[in-house]
Amino acid sequence: MSRLLRMDRTGHTELAAWNAGDTGSYERAATIFDEQLAGGYMGVAKLHDESWEQVKRLPAEVEYVLLRRPIVGG
Amino acid sequence: MAASPGALPELEAVAWRRRADERALVLRERISAAYTALYVTPLLVVAGALVWLEPFLFPVSLLALAHAWVIPELFANRGAGVVRVPRRRGADGPERVAQGLLGDLLGHEARELQRRTGLALERGRLGVWLVGEAGALLVRPGGRRAHTYCVRPAEDDLPPSDRIAHLLLALREDEEGFATVANHAFAGATWRIRRRLAPVRRPALDAAVAATRTGSPERSCS
Repeated sequence: MSRLLRMDRTGHTELAAWNAGDTGSYERAATIFDEQLAGGYMGVAKLHDESWEQVKRLPAEVEYVLLRRPIVGG
Repeated sequence: MAASPGALPELEAVAWRRRADERALVLRERISAAYTALYVTPLLVVAGALVWLEPFLFPVSLLALAHAWVIPELFANRGAGVVRVPRRRGADGPERVAQGLLGDLLGHEARELQRRTGLALERGRLGVWLVGEAGALLVRPGGRRAHTYCVRPAEDDLPPSDRIAHLLLALREDEEGFATVANHAFAGATWRIRRRLAPVRRPALDAAVAATRTGSPERSCS
C-alpha cells in the first residue's frame, strides 16, 4: 500500500492511498496529487533505495510520497 | 543557472546564485578567514606596538586585544543565531503528529538526538548537516570548519517538527541546491560556533563533528 501525505499545519494529512496493481485507486491518488501540485505543493517520493526524489507525476510503486511547501532563504 | 534533473525547483527563485558545490564552500571559507584577518590583524599590531613603544600603555593594548577577540565572536554569534532555540510552543496535537512523521524520516540515533537537541543530523557529501526549524549548520569533513545557513519553509504556520521535515526533505533531494537556496550566514571555526550555541544544542554539534570523522553514514543525502 502506497500513501500520499501532505505536510501541513495539522502535522500531516493522508490524502490518498493506493495499490500498485489497482488502477482505480492509483488514478484517484494521481488526480489529488496533480491538484496539490497546482496549489503550490511539491511532491517528494521515497524510493526503494532509501533516496528521495522530487516528482512531478505520482509514481505507482513507492512506499509514500510527501507533499511539501517550497523553502526560502530566511 | 540551468536547472538540472533532480535539482530543487526553488533554485529558479535564486537563479543568479552560483551553485554551492565543494569548491564554492572552500572559497567561502577562505574569504571568511581573510575577512576576519583584515579586521583582527590591525588590532593585534596596535596591541603589540603600544606595549613595545610604552609599556605603561598596556591597558590600551588589552583593549585592542579584546576588540580582536570580540569581532570574530560577533560573526560567530550571528552564525549561531540560525539554530537559536525558539520560544517553545509545546507539543500539542499537530506537533505530536509532525514529530511522528519526522521520526519516520530519521534513523534511530538521529531521532533521539533531534528530540534532545532540536536539531536533525543528516550526513551529506559536503559534510554533516544539523537541521533546525529556521536554519541549518554544516560541519565540514574533519570537523574543524562549519557553515551556517538561514532557511525555512515558505509557510509560517507549520508545527516545528514539520518545519524541520520540510528542510530535511529539500536537503535530501538536492544537497547543493539546498545550500544554494539557503542564505549563507557564517563560515569559520567550529569551536567558535559551539561557544555561541545554546547548551541544549551543543551535543548535536558534537555528534556532527564526530560523524565527520567516521565514514559510516546512517543515511546520506542523494
